[in-house]
Amino acid sequence: MIDDDRHLGTFDGGGIAGKGDRFAQADKGGDILGQSSQAAEGMASVPALLQRNAERFGTRPAYREKEFGIWQSWTWAETEKEIEALALGFLNLGVDEGDFVAIIGRNRPYFYWAMVAAQSVGAIPVPLYQDAAAEEMAYVMGHCGARFAVVEDQEQVDKVIEIQEELHQFEHMIYVDPRGLRKYDHHKLHIFADIQEQGRAAYWEFIEDLKERRGKLDYDSICVMLYTSGTTGKPKGVVLSNRNIIEASRASAEFDNLTEHEEVLAYLPMAWVGDFIFSVGQAYWCGFCVNCPESADTMQIDLREIGPTYYFAPPRVFETQLTNVMIRMEDAGRLKKWLFDVFMEHARKVGPAILDGKPVGAWDRAKYALGHALVYGPLKDTLGFSRVRVGYTAGEAIGPEIFDFYRSLGINLKQLYGQTEASVFITVQPDGEVRSDTVGVPAPGVEVEIDENGEVWYRGPGVFEYYYKNEESTKKTKTEDGWVATGDAGFFEEDSGHLRIIDRAKDVGKMADGKMFAPKYVENKLKFFPNILEAVVFGDGRDACTAFINIDLNAVGNWAERNNIGYASYQELAGHPRVLDMIQQHVEDVNRSLSEDPMLSHCQVHRFLVLHKELDADDGEITRTRKVRRGVVAEKYGDLLTALYDGSKEISTTTEVTYEDGRKGSISATLEIRDAAVVDVADDKKVAAE
Amino acid sequence: MNEMNTEGYVTEDGRKIGGVVMEMRNITLRFGGVVAIKDISFDIRQGEIRAIIGPNGAGKSSMLNVISGFYNPQVGEVWYKGERRPQMKPYQVARQGIARTFQNIALFEGMTVLDNVMTGRLRHMHAGLVAQSLWKGRAEAEEVKNRESVEKIIDFLEIQHIRKTPVGRLPYGLKKRVELARALAAEPSILLLDEPMAGMNVEEKEDMSRFVLDVNDEFGTTIALIEHDMGVVMDLSDRVVVMDYGKKIGDGSPDEVRNNQDVIDAYLGVAHD
Repeated sequence: MIDDDRHLGTFDGGGIAGKGDRFAQADKGGDILGQSSQAAEGMASVPALLQRNAERFGTRPAYREKEFGIWQSWTWAETEKEIEALALGFLNLGVDEGDFVAIIGRNRPYFYWAMVAAQSVGAIPVPLYQDAAAEEMAYVMGHCGARFAVVEDQEQVDKVIEIQEELHQFEHMIYVDPRGLRKYDHHKLHIFADIQEQGRAAYWEFIEDLKERRGKLDYDSICVMLYTSGTTGKPKGVVLSNRNIIEASRASAEFDNLTEHEEVLAYLPMAWVGDFIFSVGQAYWCGFCVNCPESADTMQIDLREIGPTYYFAPPRVFETQLTNVMIRMEDAGRLKKWLFDVFMEHARKVGPAILDGKPVGAWDRAKYALGHALVYGPLKDTLGFSRVRVGYTAGEAIGPEIFDFYRSLGINLKQLYGQTEASVFITVQPDGEVRSDTVGVPAPGVEVEIDENGEVWYRGPGVFEYYYKNEESTKKTKTEDGWVATGDAGFFEEDSGHLRIIDRAKDVGKMADGKMFAPKYVENKLKFFPNILEAVVFGDGRDACTAFINIDLNAVGNWAERNNIGYASYQELAGHPRVLDMIQQHVEDVNRSLSEDPMLSHCQVHRFLVLHKELDADDGEITRTRKVRRGVVAEKYGDLLTALYDGSKEISTTTEVTYEDGRKGSISATLEIRDAAVVDVADDKKVAAE
Repeated sequence: MNEMNTEGYVTEDGRKIGGVVMEMRNITLRFGGVVAIKDISFDIRQGEIRAIIGPNGAGKSSMLNVISGFYNPQVGEVWYKGERRPQMKPYQVARQGIARTFQNIALFEGMTVLDNVMTGRLRHMHAGLVAQSLWKGRAEAEEVKNRESVEKIIDFLEIQHIRKTPVGRLPYGLKKRVELARALAAEPSILLLDEPMAGMNVEEKEDMSRFVLDVNDEFGTTIALIEHDMGVVMDLSDRVVVMDYGKKIGDGSPDEVRNNQDVIDAYLGVAHD
């Protein structure tokens, strides 16, 4: 669960640490952890790794990008030359040590080169989200005081020009794609290739300076600064040192036996820590090839052509792919559909076991092999997963069916838990110990502990240095001896030693009898059913849990059509007895699965109702990013909440709604409240928090 | 009105427009008793975006068809690159470097985008039948070269993701873009666009306008376009010819045309204030 939106409690307005303090601060923490400043294999920086790779893997590809319909590639030796030329160009342009260089663009080799070139001259790369709004970009570039920016095309150039007036320090912009930019004022605007050309021309003038600056880089110098996207407050600049990035990359690469033969597709935002670790940290540590798609729209085609061996995607990507497969299978011929159904059923049964190397009967193995030839193989090829050796998903909870689908095909999909402040890795799932409901064991070199409130803390070599110009937040998040609070509540399973993340720590409460109440965990379980769009679970300070449910109009409407259930409105469908029956079954399924969980068996949903309207951002019930505002919902539907706990069978209510144009109206309805069967669990089961 | 000299002029945004590439002299076109174009003269200059506008039935498409050689005017002369053009078949005109798109998209529906755009390279293919069938020597080298320039256009118009998709499966807006790609593939000296924005929503129109401007800027292609949407025309073009009932009623920069009383009356409507 890599979540950039952590510990954003309150923002203090920034600017506490003075500009010059950043290097002084960088040394904190390191020695307390007992880490020597001895770099792994003597490689103390990314530019040093680049030089090693150019020697060791000179003729192996370092980057590929599809352009003009062909995969263009650069070997490590060529990459070193390109980066050197750019670094010399940077010196020629006047980039100083300690300068921040903003990088704005989609995943292209040029931007990765720009990051390493910036590091080579002692500057600090700051990759930004290229689709960020102008004011967000202005804030970040103003906050770090970037003097230089390397951007992709006219769109970004325009955006930066728009905000330039607010940025006093800003000087030069370098762009890659010259299209449409010919007529612009080129005093402070440069073409990427020209900067490299100038760098090559000024080789003898600057090469000594470059070597000197490169030589000064050590394990404690800053490798990159990444801004966490804040949903509350302003973004914070997470400062990561070479130690952070190289140690995290080394440990994780060893964990999954990554070698120089891996192929990855770089398609996730460059501003995100995951991309920096996969496409820079691990790629430079191992020496493997980073492939860049032709455009954002061709990602799926390019994925298939490259066939990555190491792959990362958030759950939503896997979800969309699965839906596409299912829709196409609906349209397939009868024989194909029959084959798909029969063999997928078999795969579900034995696939994960075969993947984990557990004993499986010879007959089942033979059938699985046949299935591989007929169904799984072609399917994996279509998805672009034929060669995936290690795949990760993170960011949020993934539905067990989705997870199992990919694993049953023989794709080694695993979960990890991480955040920017940890240089990604906090926990990871080792091969053979993969489950959809845990996030694995502590990553190599990382210590993880749970405090008395159930919050997860960690420390390790990847722990960030500090938040740039934000001492207060740094203090709040990171202790003197290097422990970092994640803001998530979780616990370790006793028998397997795996961490399970339950909820955001601030949402976790206590029930009347003092047991832990984790609404998000239960809500996620409910939402894994396609028929349930949204769920809000109550129970903080109460004897039992109850829930509001929102049906998914598409899924339930579709189901109603197939079952000849007529309805005229959302409200009518939501209140239909057969819909309620269906939802009741889902709730009871969730209760059964919760009852098997010693930590959360008491969070079973005793009573529920299906809301007569969809929770809506216009009404302030959910955020624009579809996160439920628990407090608002509880207050607005107070009468319904009371009815859930006073035993009534139904309740009449009137709700105010806001239309998109801002007008207000009201709808009234009588809602039926259902009791859901709960599974009794013996109370004396021992519950461990650690 | 035509105060520019033979050397051309400089546009507001600083583009240099060259001399006359194509000139229509006193063109009259009749279909039986119907006079579609009545004694019209105008010129198109190197590197400019020239628009022909007018209400329905004004004769705009007929004019474009005269330029592309599809119709032969009964009266008048077409001068191209300083020479009077004799009566020609459309394919001969195309070989001279005049490419066009159509109001009602005319693509090969069953072929992929890539193949459709490759057909635009026809005038750059010279290998004989034998070489083509054996796929040796000149044929192979030519294909590689042509594919390369086609890929540049695909990249330019941002249609990489549909490179291998049959055109029949594409939505309207993308088909229009593919047609533009095919016309561009011919590396024309004059590009004729017949209502490039027809039937598009605002966003698609904006995209298309950007591509038209970029084509002109990047390749220096001279563009003559017919368009209904006044906003688009005024933003895009350097000079505008206004037609009504087969006659030319205005010719000049967008501002001149906008303030021309005849044009206001005929096309933009009489102001009621």
